Amino acid sequence: MNIKTLQSKSIEYRKTILEIIYKSGAGHTAGSLSCIDILNVLYNKILKVDPSNFNSNDRNHYIQSKGHSVEALYTILCDKGFYTKEQLLTLNKFNSHFIGHPTRKVFGVEHNTGALGHGLSVAVGMAIGFKLDTKPYSVFTLLGDGELSEGSVWEGLMTANKYNLDNLIIIIDRNRLQITGETENVNPLEPLKEKFTSFGLSVKEVNGNSVEDLINVFKEVPFENKKPNVIIANTIKGKGVSFIENEVVWHHKVPDDDQYTKAIDELNKQKIQLEND
Amino acid sequence: MIEKANLEVFSETLLDLARHDKDIVVVTSDSRGSGKLTNFGKELPDQIIEVGIAEQNLVAICAGLSAVGKKVFGVSPSSFLTARALEQIKNDIAYSNHPVTLVGISSGVSYGQLGSTHHSIHDIAVLRAINNLNIVIPCDNFETKKIIQAAVNFNEPLFVRFGKKPMLKIHNDNQSFKIGKGISIKEGKDLVFIATGETVQRAYKAIEILEKDNFKCTLISMHTIKPFDESLFLDSIKHTRGIITLEEHSESGGLGERCSSILAQKKITTNFKIIGFPDEYMINGSQSDVLDHYNMEPKRLAEIAKNLIS
Repeated sequence: MNIKTLQSKSIEYRKTILEIIYKSGAGHTAGSLSCIDILNVLYNKILKVDPSNFNSNDRNHYIQSKGHSVEALYTILCDKGFYTKEQLLTLNKFNSHFIGHPTRKVFGVEHNTGALGHGLSVAVGMAIGFKLDTKPYSVFTLLGDGELSEGSVWEGLMTANKYNLDNLIIIIDRNRLQITGETENVNPLEPLKEKFTSFGLSVKEVNGNSVEDLINVFKEVPFENKKPNVIIANTIKGKGVSFIENEVVWHHKVPDDDQYTKAIDELNKQKIQLEND
Repeated sequence: MIEKANLEVFSETLLDLARHDKDIVVVTSDSRGSGKLTNFGKELPDQIIEVGIAEQNLVAICAGLSAVGKKVFGVSPSSFLTARALEQIKNDIAYSNHPVTLVGISSGVSYGQLGSTHHSIHDIAVLRAINNLNIVIPCDNFETKKIIQAAVNFNEPLFVRFGKKPMLKIHNDNQSFKIGKGISIKEGKDLVFIATGETVQRAYKAIEILEKDNFKCTLISMHTIKPFDESLFLDSIKHTRGIITLEEHSESGGLGERCSSILAQKKITTNFKIIGFPDEYMINGSQSDVLDHYNMEPKRLAEIAKNLIS
């Protein structure tokens, strides 16, 4: 899949994210838009996980620790054929498996998340398991930047360092916003890279909304022998829709009819422009 | 006959099983010594993961190891395991349905004089309220061994807790055992003792005293708190004059309240007494002294029993 196809997919994914949130009347809009390029690259280029191999343990694993951006995950799994669009559109309906945080009741979801600060340690357990059996698989986990205030994250990092988990790739969706406001005002994270480095991890920063940059950084894994990998993916919360970008209120705001039409319009224009480039 | 501590039987049984199954992995939080797993670590260093004093991390790592096919035992003092890491137990083990065995060592008031920060008299209550989690508490070496053997391939999330003091032999080695099925140790019509874990031993001694006074007692080892063996409970209390429940746990939310809810909902009225720890700032002392103080001294138990049905 070439860069342009991936970029086109990102636009389509953004439209689906907005559609399912709009139609279900609930969702974490801006965070799903900020991390979708990361999921796009992971599922279409890196992970090699699909419905045919998902039930085996012998494959790469992905845990979405920032569970609230579930609409991004459901969207990509739908595109990968884990279920139909019709099933996806039952999101948030009574008795649907598609609830507002990842659940293993949905085919393709690795682990139930939603409470923050859990996914990293689970990923550490998986990565240790692969090391014990000398299996060549990697474990990817996506954390929100606001999530890094959870102390359990730092417990997990210490163990990742201890066990030299170079098969663990921790991606931080660094969109700099959380529900209350800017991360640096709520509970400052900087200097973030230095924090990870001092915990013994190997860190790279990328533009987390550039599929090209993401592909390149994933190709460099493992960054260093015997060191766990951290990718600080600098993203824009709400990326792709002008009036949602960097607006804190859109953390879990649902677009009304007008906003939905405008957002889809913007994304359609981006697609036409991409095709003409 | 006094045998070993259940803790010791746990570690010996697990080492024995792990020698023949490299997928068995133990995870500890600086609890290798307290869990009697030092020999395990020496003999099978590749099958023990040490995460340091980090219980939340321990439980979530257990889930991850299980997810990639390991048979995982997370071992940590019950107090810290079930309070500090409660959300990990709820979400990463139970809700995510990873068949990990969580082993709460030094449970109840095993830590004696070390006090309330180390006591786990809340663990049954909090874990009972979590869906998809089995809770098992052995009364002696036999039950401990059977639980650990069953846990390896149990395929569901499991919590087991025990203490560290040598135990009386309660069961014969040919006793059948199944998680979810309580065991009737003695049968008699006057009184029924329903006990769980190591308090079975105190009920056993109390019954010996009562038998000298010609009281006929039933004793049930209710080793599995969840799923609860309701049919054994109901069968055992038919025609009895009184029921006493015993647990090394708060009176709130434990075995006794489980039994009382069944009695109430089945409209069964009988003499009924819950013996556990009351809602108060607890007295200090050794495990044995604390249990004695809170009515679990066998002579005191026998008196309470007689009063209950007189």
